[in-house]
Formats: sequence, structure tokens, C-alpha cells
Amino acid sequence: MADLLIEIFGKPQGIIIFQLLSACRFTIYLSLIAFLGGGAVAGMVTLLRISQIPPLQRLATSYIWMFQSVPLLMLLFLIGLGVPRLFDINVNPWTAATVALILFTSAYLAEVWRGAIESVARGQWEASFALNIRYSLLLRRVILPQAIKFGIAPTVGFMVQIIKGTSLAYIIGFNDLMLAGKRWANAPVLGSEPFVVFPLMAVMYFCICYPLAIFARKLEAKSLTGS
Amino acid sequence: MPKNAEDAIVKMEKVNKWFDDFQAICDVDLTIFEGERIVICGPSGSGKSTLIRCLNGLEQHQSGTITVHGTELTGKDSAVRQVRENVGMVFQQFNLFPHLTVLENCTLAPISNGKLDENAAHEKAMEYLERVQIPEQADKLPGQLSGGQQQRVAIARALCMEPKLMLFDEPTSALDPEMIKEVLDTMVSLAEDGMSMICVTHELNFAKSVAHRIIFMDNGRIVEDQPPDDFFERPKSARAKLFLDQILSH
Ligand SMILES: Nc1ncnc2c1ncn2[C@@H]1O[C@H](COP(=O)(O)OP(=O)(O)OP(=O)(O)O)[C@@H](O)[C@H]1O
Ligand SMILES: [Mg+2]
Repeated sequence: MADLLIEIFGKPQGIIIFQLLSACRFTIYLSLIAFLGGGAVAGMVTLLRISQIPPLQRLATSYIWMFQSVPLLMLLFLIGLGVPRLFDINVNPWTAATVALILFTSAYLAEVWRGAIESVARGQWEASFALNIRYSLLLRRVILPQAIKFGIAPTVGFMVQIIKGTSLAYIIGFNDLMLAGKRWANAPVLGSEPFVVFPLMAVMYFCICYPLAIFARKLEAKSLTGS
Repeated sequence: MPKNAEDAIVKMEKVNKWFDDFQAICDVDLTIFEGERIVICGPSGSGKSTLIRCLNGLEQHQSGTITVHGTELTGKDSAVRQVRENVGMVFQQFNLFPHLTVLENCTLAPISNGKLDENAAHEKAMEYLERVQIPEQADKLPGQLSGGQQQRVAIARALCMEPKLMLFDEPTSALDPEMIKEVLDTMVSLAEDGMSMICVTHELNFAKSVAHRIIFMDNGRIVEDQPPDDFFERPKSARAKLFLDQILSH
């Protein structure tokens, strides 16, 4: 792969492209982990948020509010650099980036999903209550299948934000596309100037994000037509 | 009509209900006996919906007592669930589950409550869909049915729980005129079978022919509680007269 790219693009561009592409891997892994982990946490936060128990609701609301109002960059600094200093422990960049992104993602998705659930007609809850349908079943069989229609497009759309968000993790030394690119851009090597490397990176981010953005738009159009 | 207190299926005593500082139900006393059919009417905002929603715990009253089929609605979850076992409700907007078939709409609750296994629930659902005369629509989604058909499904869905009392909140108000009759006919046939029912409606002919008592509400109070003949011929209150004039004038 590396040889092939060097043959096509020559040195150092072939090497740069190869390294950037392999760094893309980590961008994708981190995004996936953030999305899955964040989704799982968001699911629990959403459940608390829509529960009929006020202290739990408040807990969920505070969680959402707190991690939505802090910039992702702050979270990364705090967990990647602040926490290790404070407790004098080693936090590797993977862990720090994962935790920060999960907090960020879960708060956002929990808010989106709460909105989706609240978009389901009030009458659906009332009919289910009147029929004495168990709460867990009510959510699973009545509310969630309808809420998905409202939530799916913004959820997929947010994946794009996560992928772009992972680029900030370079700041705590996470070895992703961003860090790999930045290293090359700073290297005193002919042919790896910023105006070469950064457009290359942009193309790669675009290739990852664009299909998702299109997919999100398709889903949105579909949910608007109400099918 | 039996009039022993033990036969009361609904007993409300000094019931009050506020939404924040707005009082929607004021000092309501109401006793309804098993087998009775009540029609509630009154101007918009008079508290008709709120009243019947208090009877199955969709709204919680703040003072007074409500006892339904022997269970007092104390606000405890177990009491609410117990009451809902015995009370079916039909809404103005049908509130069918749009993503489930007609049959699934009818079987979801009985299966979920462990009342019936799947086969028995199917059988029962088909029985009631036949009752409301749409067994052939069982596998369709609610959206593929006319409004009248949807409301009949909603009635069948409620009946699948074998309620002792049925609540109807303006079941025909969202329907096109040509579909009102089929829903009213379904309700009449329920009435003929002796179902206890409380029905908020402005369908006066239905009220005249089916109801044992008409309850007229205004500003959260029960203003009149009379047999239909008396209510329509000799309303006692000026408010009810005015209301009847307005309704009959169009
Ligand atoms: N959830 C609520 N929050 C606040 N106020 C409410 C709520 N539900 C009803 N109300 C108010 O209580 C009063 C009675 O409402 P209700 O729906 O019982 O009237 P109604 O007699 O059924 O009227 P309609 O014929 O329009 O259905 C109205 O003034 C209404 O605005
Ligand atoms: Mg009403």
C-alpha cells in the first residue's frame, strides 16, 4: 500500500498520503467509540430525563446542560491534561479522548432523543396509560418506534459533528488524522508544506463525512414526508 | 335501575381539581350505577373531559374522593392500575398506534398485561373487531382506514380489556358527518348489551335515545343531572337553556 502510493505520488507525497490514510483509521475508530459509547450513555440519560421521578429528571437535565454548554475542547483539556495533573495519574490520550467525546456526544444525543420522544403525540401516552400497558412495553412498542422517525436524521447528522470533533483530540496528543497531518505540515520537508497537507486532510475528512451528511439528509426528507 | 350504594360503579364526593390556580372541577358529587348510561354535555372548557379523565387517573384530582368499581383513586400507582383494569376509554382523536396493525392495536394491552396469551388475545380481538364490524381490516394499519373505521377500532381495542365501564370523550367530534352514524351505531349496540358508559358528546339524538341521565356542566360544576326527557324539555337552569338553544339552532 505504502509502496503503491509512493509509486503513484512520489516522495514525500506518497508517504504523507499513506500516513494520513492510516491515521484516518484512528479518527474512524474514535468516532465509532464516541458514537456507540455516547449513544449508550445518552440512552440511559434519556430514560432518566423522561422518567416521572423529579430528582432523576433533574439529574439528567443537569447532565445534559453541563456537557452541552462546555466546549468539547475544554472537556479534552480538562480530562486529558487537567485530571492527570490534579490526581497525579497517567491518562493516555485514547482514554481521555474517548471519555471527553462520550460525555459530549451523550449530552447532545440525549437532548435530541428527548425532543424526538416528546414529538410523539401526547395521545399515544394517554391511550397506553388508559389501556394499562406496562411502562417498559409502552416505551418499546408504542413510543420509541414513533420517536425514531423524528430522531434518526439529527442523530446521523450529529455523527458528522463527532467525526469533526475528533480532530480536536490531537491537542492532547491523540494520534489521529489531525495530528499526523499537523506533524507533516510542520516538518521541514519539501512537498509537505501546509498548503499541500491541509487540503489533503480536508479531502479525507470530506470523504468520511459527506456520505453521512447525504444519508442524514435523505433520512430527514423521508421523515418529513412522514413514512 | 338498582340504587344501592354498593352497586355504584362510580362515586365522586366533593371532588376538586385545579390546573395551577385555575379550578377545572368544582365540588363535584356524582354517583353512577352499574349499567347506567350517562351523557355529559356543556360548553367548551366546562370541564367535561377533565371530569372523565379523573375517572381513569389520566388526571389526578386534588381533593375529595373518587371510587371506581370499588377502588378508591388515591393517587397510588396500584390503585390507578386497578381502576384502569376496569375502565376503557375512547378518545376524540382515536389515538390508535399508527405503526401497529389494527389487530396489534387490539392485542398489545391484553398480552402486555399478561391477561391473555397471544392466541387468546387474537381470538378476542377478532371477536370484538367483528362486533364493531371491521374484522376484514385486521391486518391494515390505522392510517389506511377511514375515520369512522379508526374510531370503531379504538372501541374494539378498549373492549378487548373487558372493561366494566366505558368512557367516551367526544368520540364523533373529529369525524366527517357521514361517518358519525357508524360510530354511534356501535355505541348503541354496546348500550343494548348493558355496558355502563359515560359519554361526553353533543349528539343530542344519541343522548335522547340512549342515555339514562344527562349531566350538564358549566365552569367545572355539575349544573343539571336529569333524565333526557326532562333535560331537553324542561331544563332547570338558564345556562342549560341557552346551551340547548345554541346547539339546536344549527
Ligand atoms: N392540562 C391542562 N393544563 C391547564 N389547563 C387545562 C388542562 N386541561 C384542561 N385545562 C383547562 O381546564 C378547563 C376544562 O377543560 P376540559 O378539557 O375539561 O373542558 P371540556 O369541557 O372538555 O371542553 P371541550 O368541549 O372544549 O373539550 C379548560 O378551561 C381548560 O383550558
Ligand atoms: Mg373536552
